Amino acid sequence: MSKDYAVIGKNVPKIDGREKATGAAKYAGDLKFPNMLFGKILTSPHAHAKILSIDTSEAEKLPGVKAVITHKDVPALKYGISPARWDENIFCIDKVRFVGDKVAAVACIDEETCYKALKLIKVEYEVLPAVLDALHAMDEGAPQVHDEYPRNINTEIHQNFGDLDKAMAEAHYIRKDYFVGQRTYQSPIEPHSAVSIWKDNKLTIYSSTQSPHYFQYYIAREFGLKMGDVRIIKPFVGGGFGGKLEPTGLEFAGSVLAKLTGRPVRTFYDRHEMFAHNRGRHKVYMELTTGVDKEGKILGVHANFVSDGGAYTSLGVATSYYAGGLLTLTYEFENYKFDMIRVYTNLPACGAQRGHGAPQPKYAFESHLDNIAKDLGIDPLEIRLRNARQPNTVTINDFGINSCELTACLEKAADISGWREKKGNLPKGRGIGIATGSFVSGAGYPIYRNDLPQSAAMIKVHEDGTAATLYTGAVDIGQGSDTALCQMAAEAMGYRYENMKIIAADTETTPHDFGAYSSRQTLMSGSACKQAGEEIKKQILDIASTIMSLPPDDLDCRLGIIFSKSRPTAKTITFEEAARRFFVLRGPLLGRGVYHVPRLGGTFKGAAVATSPAYSFCAQISEVQIDEETGEVDVCEVWDVHDCGQVINPMQLHGQVHGALYMGVGEAIWEEVLFDDQGKIQNPNLGGYMLPTALDMPIVHSELVESYEPAGPWGVKEVGEGATNPTMGCFNNAIYDAMGVRIDSLPLTYEKVWRAMKEKREGKKEV
Amino acid sequence: MSQVITDKHGIQHYMITINVNGDDYTRVVKANTLLVNVLRDELDLTGTKKGCELGDCGSCTILLENKPVDSCMILAIEADGKEITTIEGIAESSELDKVQEAFINNGAIQCGYCTPGMIISAKALLTRNPHPNEKEVREAIAGNLCRCTGFVNIVKAVLKVSEETNDKEVISNE
Repeated sequence: MSKDYAVIGKNVPKIDGREKATGAAKYAGDLKFPNMLFGKILTSPHAHAKILSIDTSEAEKLPGVKAVITHKDVPALKYGISPARWDENIFCIDKVRFVGDKVAAVACIDEETCYKALKLIKVEYEVLPAVLDALHAMDEGAPQVHDEYPRNINTEIHQNFGDLDKAMAEAHYIRKDYFVGQRTYQSPIEPHSAVSIWKDNKLTIYSSTQSPHYFQYYIAREFGLKMGDVRIIKPFVGGGFGGKLEPTGLEFAGSVLAKLTGRPVRTFYDRHEMFAHNRGRHKVYMELTTGVDKEGKILGVHANFVSDGGAYTSLGVATSYYAGGLLTLTYEFENYKFDMIRVYTNLPACGAQRGHGAPQPKYAFESHLDNIAKDLGIDPLEIRLRNARQPNTVTINDFGINSCELTACLEKAADISGWREKKGNLPKGRGIGIATGSFVSGAGYPIYRNDLPQSAAMIKVHEDGTAATLYTGAVDIGQGSDTALCQMAAEAMGYRYENMKIIAADTETTPHDFGAYSSRQTLMSGSACKQAGEEIKKQILDIASTIMSLPPDDLDCRLGIIFSKSRPTAKTITFEEAARRFFVLRGPLLGRGVYHVPRLGGTFKGAAVATSPAYSFCAQISEVQIDEETGEVDVCEVWDVHDCGQVINPMQLHGQVHGALYMGVGEAIWEEVLFDDQGKIQNPNLGGYMLPTALDMPIVHSELVESYEPAGPWGVKEVGEGATNPTMGCFNNAIYDAMGVRIDSLPLTYEKVWRAMKEKREGKKEV
Repeated sequence: MSQVITDKHGIQHYMITINVNGDDYTRVVKANTLLVNVLRDELDLTGTKKGCELGDCGSCTILLENKPVDSCMILAIEADGKEITTIEGIAESSELDKVQEAFINNGAIQCGYCTPGMIISAKALLTRNPHPNEKEVREAIAGNLCRCTGFVNIVKAVLKVSEETNDKEVISNE
């Protein structure tokens, strides 16, 4: 980043680094309040069953049990993060819809008593046939997960842009491929926890949340409270990745337990319960048909998808639109048809996981594009360069692209990885693959319809000018937004990062912000913080001009020193001195900022989803080594080149790339939530659900290209999710390059690779 | 053997004394009480995190007699009479330990939930082997899961400490 910035573009110590490194940082599960109780939720052991009766009397008799609640004790109002489909109850009323569905809850003096009490609640079920296979959910006569949604169709999308039939008729070559994704789970290391306190008609909840605002809105709605009487406070959060975006049973049941007992109640999920609550990535079944000309230029694409949504909607409506909507970003084509059905099944609900909706379709498309390149005898890098999105273009589905350096990303990735030397020259068993990615820099529209600004911020300068506090609703869940936003505020103020304090993500003390999702905060919250900082600077220069007897236009402030622009030798004064004077004469020195997204997108159904003020782009190349005996996939090295606009904090930025890539590595090769034939999770723990360890992580090179995004403050755009998108396709293409086998389902396990190699040897399958 | 106290319901409790971060604490625990819960609930040392309670994630790693262990896999009564170091005891004063400094300066911390356990595992490695190679670093933290960083900057931070440790210092510490 340039040149002239004093605070941004630099690595500063993470603002909460010391607290985290010393163990002082308190997460929701670390909080203690006087007289606090512990709450646990009883869940369903069946995938699909009628509730005939619930008897809580034995549990209530157990010493130490303070409250036992069922659907009779809570509002019957259905909720859900997607306003289009409110389909969830705090506790199931007539039937349970997956193993893990919420049935009752207890509040007890300690955790051990909770588990004993749960065992004493007697629930009589009539087990019903369950839908466990998404591809048969729509069959005639299939069991109905929700009576309101015939044939178990939760979301149905049919979009048609340009003239696909014409494009296909004119195509030199048409190819159809079919790929299948898998269910994955975010698996943040911090389990969900919440402490609810309901006192004097006011409900306060400390929660591991990615969005205090959405929690506040939906919790107030559920209990018929004014939003002002619901306070959501985010303590430190131990990772979210999309899984902590919506309120859970912990907040809803915990609130009722707190009200009934008059005591603070801490509710929490254990690791198994986290897997059951889920809201992780959908398993998508993906058919892709693409027509190209002789040079491999894409003329038209048909994406035809079915996804397994699980028992509830969660964010799945948006996920479905994203799945096809984002496919138009990286490659330019003018004819596109997108059909998608998200079905209900009797499995845990799926939602938004890092890269929301995009990674699996991207895996499919990148594999499909390599198949086409091979059929036409075109180098995989070359076919991508020929189709790469260019800046200042509009996608066929009406997303406006400003900055876009995808071509530069591809070229640089090729250079630093040695693509041109390696491609076709590696020994058998070793391969190199390429793929691209792109993502929004914040969703253009909020999750429920409202006219609130995306972000707001306030800065209060301390009376003697020696500190400034940034108040923001933005949510640091580990990605480092508190640090980056303080850098941005200090830069705009002409102040020093070291003197910044931050109060964030508390609906009572901080101004509104929608929170940490869709990679929105650096651009959106950053815009509000920049504006608030500029307002401070304007006022500080105004008062300084009276002290210095110079016109305010001639003054500037940098790193806390106020100086004359035209007379470099004139005496300077400090920010502290001016701020103190300001307080004495005019009262508190405050700055305010607000950010609205301009109206974006087209007018067709679903046009709002995947709109954004700006889009990031990236290219990834990976090199793998395949063990021909065992099928073991060893990813040796990955090169990621990102166009993420200008950079506020390089160290944090590359950290985001590493993390997003890491998640892609896991999903590519090992991670999958598995079920038995009764809908029970077979691997609901971190031993069975294989997160990559430090030994599994390849060597990573994260590089940038020069780019400036006009829609972002100081030219910034997203980075946190984009690097998950190319990875699975990139590895699959490298495996193909190594062994000539194409794995058409995720994860790309050793077994699948071994089987594919065996089939190829035996001449059973041609790719 | 710890002293046994039987309550009015006939349940046996055990009086244990553990030395945590240099100080002795005596507590009465049940036979099934986990060490991690004594540290967090009784001593309020919540820097030791719980991520899975199955020994998979390593967030609750502490030093027990100078060896890194998952404190969710150890009963409190097994720790009776033993010396424990938690993340709160890694820095001896307000000055941070070199490993903590390196984690902060190298971007090894994102959400911070795995950080205490990760720092303990790194500290144990560097005490045993002040100059590990990259493979040894990765092996030493393979029992600590991090979902944010891809381990890239964690490995870098640990190697940085090794680089900045001069051998004289190591010898005089031993």
